[in-house]
Amino acid sequence: MTETSLSAAHREAQARATRTRYGLLAPALIIILAISILPLGITVVYSFLEPGTYGGVVWNFSTDAYVQFLFERDIFDDTLTFDPAYLSIFMRSIGLAFGAMIGTLILGFPTAYFIATKPRNQRNFWLFLITLPFWTNLLIRTYAMLLIIRDEGFVNISLMKLRLIDSPISILYTDTAVFIGLIYSYLPFMVLPLYASLEKLDFRLVEAGYDLYASRWKVLRHVIAPLAKPGIIAGCILVFIPGLGAYITPELLGGGKSLMIGNMIAIQFGSSRNWPFGSAAALILMMLVIIVLLIYAASAGRGRRTHG
Amino acid sequence: MPETSNATQSTRSDRAAISARSLVKTFGAGENAVHALKNVDIDIRENEFFTLLGPSGCGKTTLLRMIAGFELPTSGTILLDGQEITALPPYKRPVNTVFQSYALFPHMTVAENIGFGLKMLGRPADNVQGRVEKMLALVQLEAMANRRTDQLSGGQQQRVALARALAPEPKVLLLDEPLAALDLKLRKNMQLELKSLQAETGITFVFVTHDQEEALTMSDRIAVMRSGEILQIGAPKDIYERPTHRFVADFIGDINILEGEIAGAGGGTAQVRLKDGTTISARLAEGMAQTGPAAVAIRPEAARIAGQGETADLTGTLENVVYFGAASYLHLRLNSGEEFVLRQPGGLDGHDLSRGARLGIAIQPGRARVLE
Repeated sequence: MTETSLSAAHREAQARATRTRYGLLAPALIIILAISILPLGITVVYSFLEPGTYGGVVWNFSTDAYVQFLFERDIFDDTLTFDPAYLSIFMRSIGLAFGAMIGTLILGFPTAYFIATKPRNQRNFWLFLITLPFWTNLLIRTYAMLLIIRDEGFVNISLMKLRLIDSPISILYTDTAVFIGLIYSYLPFMVLPLYASLEKLDFRLVEAGYDLYASRWKVLRHVIAPLAKPGIIAGCILVFIPGLGAYITPELLGGGKSLMIGNMIAIQFGSSRNWPFGSAAALILMMLVIIVLLIYAASAGRGRRTHG
Repeated sequence: MPETSNATQSTRSDRAAISARSLVKTFGAGENAVHALKNVDIDIRENEFFTLLGPSGCGKTTLLRMIAGFELPTSGTILLDGQEITALPPYKRPVNTVFQSYALFPHMTVAENIGFGLKMLGRPADNVQGRVEKMLALVQLEAMANRRTDQLSGGQQQRVALARALAPEPKVLLLDEPLAALDLKLRKNMQLELKSLQAETGITFVFVTHDQEEALTMSDRIAVMRSGEILQIGAPKDIYERPTHRFVADFIGDINILEGEIAGAGGGTAQVRLKDGTTISARLAEGMAQTGPAAVAIRPEAARIAGQGETADLTGTLENVVYFGAASYLHLRLNSGEEFVLRQPGGLDGHDLSRGARLGIAIQPGRARVLE
């Protein structure tokens, strides 16, 4: 009798503790639900509806938004023809984001290595320089980039003054401009995680590599890169994924000619007034990101197994 | 053990594996310049176990890193088998290093670590595999081939580092205080293992240490260094019994150093008048000054208490007796105020060993030496 009442009291206490824990969790949980899961749910629902004439949605179930992504529906006989217009925007976005990732890796690795090999008391100064751009708004920095690379901008005027070129090189409003802009915007996101792993690198291992007949390039490939792998992967994710959804950079530097996914989605909710299609495109982008992360998780998992 | 070392002795040639000529290394410039090496000349013979011995900051590690290729000399040249290698990068020198910290690659298995050098040399995979297995057997780590290096004990890591450096069959193996991180018992074992490994492989070993005992037990020859200079090079016996430099005498083993002045010299012997007025004869090495102030060095085991009726070379007052069983160490104060320690073997019967007793000291003929 006493035993059962004791265990009942124990159960009661445990239930109270559980309630307290969930109570403490609730505010954060509500915020996550309200600002992330709920809008995502709305997006999913909207993507399966029909567009309203002046924006908004009409509550009729339809998969048209997804069909529209790959096919064009003839307005007279409803036949579907393959239309790669949107797909090509996706492919360009993937290409530009991937290019920016490789570009920032190539530029960022020597930078991070340089900082990591500086005396400890000087490193903070160099890191400060890397984070300096964050002190200014991205929009303003992108405008500055626009001024630098436009036909009458700093780069072209300088090159012409030096008589290296006769007429300006048109960079602005091309994929190249967006590519340069993305590299500029995302370089710190590559340098910082790379620095974090290179800083932990035991440089005696680099010496051991040299000692064992590995040239500079082989030491980089067989010793430094494998040990800096967590930083390389983190940097690549931090550049590729936001790069895929970049909005300001292609908007200003691509000038509507070099669209990326972000701009296309914005247009659907704005001038095109096709909310379901915008929602569908946003979800396709999200699926893409999730697939990339799954591939990463799978490869990282496999890596751990072979080493463990 | 002695047999193997004798065997290497007989096959050892006098050809130099490593020759350094007028090596100078200066870090920094101007007033803050640190002279790590000041005009070092050295010849390390083929197949020898050569030790660079000295306190920290004496330049021994700088010299080792220069042979490895990690440091460029400020001036001077380094030859390997008669070929100049002074400016060659480390990966082009047939020289491998066992690092003090081992520096094993944490992202590779034991076998991958050992095979790294051969792989970088572009040897075919089956060739590498065979050599790795041989090295694993040599250091008795066959069972650990697929382990990660952080799963090994300090002694095992030490063996992997050794196997990794030996696998590419270098002409010279450099060892930078490789035993410093091991506990005493393991260190003693590894000393013997290293010595027999050197005899087995016939590779020239250049070993850096600050531990004089380690240097004496393992080396064929020792170079004693201090503040960027080599003071004396010789076999352990030479260095111990015939030190030419006060620092060498003091650094290796216990020794009594007595100040005095040369009163007369001839035939390799000098009469040195000590501060308390007594004159003792001490051996004078070739090329040493025949006059002027001099110091006399006497090992504790080269002196004993003078017997009844025997003439004492020195006289002192007994201050302390430290009993070690097989022998006792007697601490005496000489008339000059200098301390003198002697090692008295066997029992102490028949002597007055009360504190303050006056005792005569007899020095074995020829065991007192004049120092530079």
